[in-house]
Amino acid sequence: MTIEVKNLVKKFGSFAALDGVDLKVNDGELLALLGPSGSGKTTLLRIIAGLDWPDSGEVAFNGEDALAQGARERHVGFVFQHYALFRHMSVFENVAFGLRVQPRAVRKDEATIRARVKELLDLVQLDWLADRYPSQLSGGQRQRIALARALAIEPRILLLDEPFGALDAKVRKELRRWLRSLHHEINVTSIFVTHDQEEALEVANRVVVMDKGKIEQIGSPDDVYETPATAFVHGFIGESIELPVQVEGGVIKLGDRPLRLAADGLVPGASKLFVRRHDMLVGPPGSGAFEGAVQHVRNFGPVQRAEIALSGGETIEIDAPRDRELHAGDTIGLEPRRYRIFAGV
Amino acid sequence: MSVIAARRRTLPGFGLTMGLTLTWLSVIILIPLAGLFLKSLELSPEQFWNILSSRRTLNALRVSFGLAFAAACVNLVMGSIIVWALVRYRFPGRRLFDAIVDVPFALPTAVAGVALTALFAEKGWLGAPLAALGIKVAFTPVGIFVAMIFIGIPFVVRTVQPVLQDIDVEIEEAAGSLGASRWQTIIRVILPSLAPALLTGLALAFARAVGEYGSVIFIAGNLPNVSEIAPLLIVIRLSEFRYADATAIAVIMLVVSFVIIFAVNRLQRWAQNRIPVQ
Repeated sequence: MTIEVKNLVKKFGSFAALDGVDLKVNDGELLALLGPSGSGKTTLLRIIAGLDWPDSGEVAFNGEDALAQGARERHVGFVFQHYALFRHMSVFENVAFGLRVQPRAVRKDEATIRARVKELLDLVQLDWLADRYPSQLSGGQRQRIALARALAIEPRILLLDEPFGALDAKVRKELRRWLRSLHHEINVTSIFVTHDQEEALEVANRVVVMDKGKIEQIGSPDDVYETPATAFVHGFIGESIELPVQVEGGVIKLGDRPLRLAADGLVPGASKLFVRRHDMLVGPPGSGAFEGAVQHVRNFGPVQRAEIALSGGETIEIDAPRDRELHAGDTIGLEPRRYRIFAGV
Repeated sequence: MSVIAARRRTLPGFGLTMGLTLTWLSVIILIPLAGLFLKSLELSPEQFWNILSSRRTLNALRVSFGLAFAAACVNLVMGSIIVWALVRYRFPGRRLFDAIVDVPFALPTAVAGVALTALFAEKGWLGAPLAALGIKVAFTPVGIFVAMIFIGIPFVVRTVQPVLQDIDVEIEEAAGSLGASRWQTIIRVILPSLAPALLTGLALAFARAVGEYGSVIFIAGNLPNVSEIAPLLIVIRLSEFRYADATAIAVIMLVVSFVIIFAVNRLQRWAQNRIPVQ
């Protein structure tokens, strides 16, 4: 099942949750919608599910207009952030719900429903919890039951809203890996929303980065990390050093200090320079594009994180390997191994 | 060590609060009720039976319990709808309507009775059009029914409201996305979650209606055997100085009420247990 979204606009009062979003999701893909809170990612997901309606724009499943159908007819499995399990039903009945409410003409007999629920509980590896109630489960178990319930209706599309948001770090990591292998197994077109970049990069085939109701970049996890399309993406994904610079007369300046960096092809004016923390290489004073004084050093396993006051006025944090010990008070040269400059931000 | 641990509770003050609870319940509720039973013992079992089985007593009990139950059922349905509208929708005047629900709690029941009587009397605003349709409300059992609905409605609304507020809209969205129709969502998801609260609301509205006196006597007409409620019969017996008769009817009311409320309580407990709390 492919999903095509065209020029979607959704406003809540004067706040534009979605401001002209275009997106094409391929069949069998596992796509992440990544962005800070308020970026419109959950709104987009809810519109695809039929739980919200856009002010304008189109949503098509396999080329067919989906907005003509309500949530009930769309056959979309939706996993809610807080699971939304039916607390008065056992785990078994929760999973069976979608099968029991089918129209009488297509409803399966009791034995088939039981077999199917058993199969789904096996799939999420929780068949031993069938008789429990949701309040007796841990967060990770509830999440998996919510997923099994959504899969019971054999959805054409699976949508997950912050699937691991409410779980502790360890369970979250386990479930990430599990979700990826599950997707590999069932291979249904899936979209999940997250604000956690690590989660998006680790789980998804493709990542859609959103901010303020707009899509900033669509690409593979490598693409969005290695070649961010906009200043926002560079700042949001991975830990970056951001420096306000001025491009004028073929020279890049930090404050009033010219940097020894090539300015070929850059638009003159106020710009922003982005460098990954670990891409700042430390050298002797006078070498490299920047110069600065070490303020603090903290050691994090294989790296040392140093706070450095650059001559030019800014203070940055870098991650340097431990082979050359840094000490507070040292003056060093810094050379960005890789960097990007975005104009006008 | 273990002795000290056993003596110290995490929540101190059990002895004090338990003592106060028992004393207070005894003084306020149990001793007056015991007095009631003692007074009724002045009657021989035969006399007791005669009072109970007299036509007038039976009719009064039937009117009281029958109409109270009917009114509680109406309140259950209408109260649920009101709760739904107040909780699930945002509309101008919502807070005002929410406050209006409490009026029957606070209004002196006699005032309510007089107001309802004026409204439903043959020349009243509502009574006149109803009379044109051949329906007489004031001074008939229908009037008692109306008064009992009036005083019972807040009990259903105020018991169910917080529980419905607790049910996340996501639950309904989940049911919908799993293919449930609106009706299936209400029957299979919402009502079962509300069941314990609905039963409590029903029991409270019923209990209140059974015990209601002030508003009913104004609108009832108080015809013996037709529109005479049991509490009124008790007052009549008292005014005739037939105290033992009065207590006999009171004891019967007490026992029947207790049995019904106990049964509803069991039912409610059963519904609650289907939603185990960790």
